[in-house]
Amino acid sequence: MITPLDDFLAAAVRTATPLALAALGECVTERGGVINIGLEGAIICGALSATIVAGSVGVTAGFAAGAMAGLLITLLFAIFTVYLRADQIITGTAITLLSLGLTGLIYKSFYGVTGVGLTIPTIGAVEIPLLSRIPLIGRALFSQPVITYALYVLVPLMAWWFTRTHSGLALRAVGESPDAAVAAGVRPRRVQALAVLFGGVMAGLAGSTLVLAQSGTFVENMSAGKGFIAIAIVVLGRWTPFGVAGAALLFGGASALQYLFQSLGWNDVPYQLFLALPYVLTLVVLARASGRAAAPAALARRELTLG
Amino acid sequence: MNAPVKGVPVGRAPVEPVSVQRVIVRRVAAPLVRIVALLAVTLAVLVTLLLASGFDASLALQAMVRGAFGSWYAITSATLVRAVPLALTGLAVAIAFRAGLLNIGAEGQLLAGAAASTAMASVLGTSPSAMLVPVVLLAGVVSGACWAGIASWLRQRFGVLEVISTIMLNFVALYVVGWLVRGPLQEPSGFYPQSMPLPRSLQLPALLDGTRLHVGVLLSVGLAAAAWWWLRSTAGGFRLRAVGMNASAAAVSGRVDVARVSMYAFLASGAMAGLAGAVEITGVTYSLYDHSPGYGYTAIAVALLARLNPLGVLGTAVLFGALQAGGNAMQRDAGVPVALVHVVEAVLILLVIAGDRWRGVSGKRAAAA
Repeated sequence: MITPLDDFLAAAVRTATPLALAALGECVTERGGVINIGLEGAIICGALSATIVAGSVGVTAGFAAGAMAGLLITLLFAIFTVYLRADQIITGTAITLLSLGLTGLIYKSFYGVTGVGLTIPTIGAVEIPLLSRIPLIGRALFSQPVITYALYVLVPLMAWWFTRTHSGLALRAVGESPDAAVAAGVRPRRVQALAVLFGGVMAGLAGSTLVLAQSGTFVENMSAGKGFIAIAIVVLGRWTPFGVAGAALLFGGASALQYLFQSLGWNDVPYQLFLALPYVLTLVVLARASGRAAAPAALARRELTLG
Repeated sequence: MNAPVKGVPVGRAPVEPVSVQRVIVRRVAAPLVRIVALLAVTLAVLVTLLLASGFDASLALQAMVRGAFGSWYAITSATLVRAVPLALTGLAVAIAFRAGLLNIGAEGQLLAGAAASTAMASVLGTSPSAMLVPVVLLAGVVSGACWAGIASWLRQRFGVLEVISTIMLNFVALYVVGWLVRGPLQEPSGFYPQSMPLPRSLQLPALLDGTRLHVGVLLSVGLAAAAWWWLRSTAGGFRLRAVGMNASAAAVSGRVDVARVSMYAFLASGAMAGLAGAVEITGVTYSLYDHSPGYGYTAIAVALLARLNPLGVLGTAVLFGALQAGGNAMQRDAGVPVALVHVVEAVLILLVIAGDRWRGVSGKRAAAA
């Protein structure tokens, strides 16, 4: 029997998936010393590209197109911040504004000014035999779309990569002390550019997930601050992959609360309260988690030894 | 790369008597060139985007120019009416950025101001005296400052990055307004998600008969001039700029209380954006709605293009007011989505950043040579 609690947990994991994808990418970017506020823009670009390509070619191609769009818009961010050493925050804000406008423009040119009734094929949940029968968490964790399962592999892989590989250590060196990294023979610009672009691909995938695994349609501004929430998730997750995954689940849960209360029949509570909850939670969480010495030391620094 | 010529001191230009010609070049000609360049670049970006997305560029541009400048009514009631909130929020962003605070939350502070002034007006009853207009505006100012105060407090007390907190507060403000116009502030019939229109006595009077231009425009010009003078010529303005340029240097000088200056700057910024919301309610919409034209986001482009100069903000606010007024006409008459205008804004910000960096890099090279 499926209880409201089961539904809530499943919705929490489902909502957490795009947040976790974007936050894991941002985690790599920030470990390299760059904070990408343009993440929001990469997500919405990914969502629109996924919509256009999935509608005409197919769902898998849609994910690829979303990742590609995230990569391209983030390439612009990388040129400005890594090579021109422009202010990361202002550039990121401009990239987000650009993406929101550009997607609105392209969406309306493709689907008309009204653009109603657009439906895209989505990927369904794949139930894993036996595991999905585990009480309470089984359905939540093991009856999800494939993209969620990809995270189960990615998170431990990334944790291993950060601590146990040369390239992972090089990334962290650039984020903590670019000078030391140069002395060790690492080229900071190249490392940062790759870290930023990886974040863009992941954000593009997050946007694709919003469309292809959840809503099945594109709406202007549908990213609705998820890029900024992902940045908060990285802070709460203490810049570690497992921490980020856990923090993403917390935010997924906060967003999914509205479904739980709906199914419990608490309809007299204004629904705007639940819509606002993830944003308020972000503020509370940042207040609790900020200001401790876990952030990469050279985060958002503009000067960089020429390497 | 020019090697320094022997015998010529490198560090400092020799002091010359100030000539009238040089003052004219520096104070008048250079800004004029910048404005013309800005307009030319805006136009180039616009045409490129129109052609790239397959629209009839000449038709669209004609519609745009007509919508923004085509008639006296278009200039006053479309362009300038939009320039007022853009100037006020642009000032809000400029003051914060000057103090080194990346307040991306002008949108939320504007909404907070709009909501509070609507609430204040509804408290004052059905036929209040016109003398109470300042009270309604003040409610917006205080509310905007308080909304910014949350981000300021989170920053000072917990070190929360204000970029993220202000953006989160923008979303919260939008949902709070969404709830207000369906709950406590909804119009009596309970049919539309909007508040009851302000009584006539609380509406800002028109500045010019037969147009929608209200006296709020004088307010924004006056505040821009005041902010310009204050930043330039007062000790407080100097402290604010010092904190923005190098907070640690300001702190070790022992004469600047960095935390206090930051807090006041943040509150002033929020107050200005809150005023923008209050002026929109009392001067333009008369009702609170749960959607917003996004003036608070455009304000970032307004402030950056003005190089954070309060007087410059007035000019860029008119430019963006014209773009938005023209953009609406373009959507109506030429079928071009108004989102195009936001793309133009973002591209302009990126161009300014790139221009600054390019000049910075070449300047450093020249200095090194």
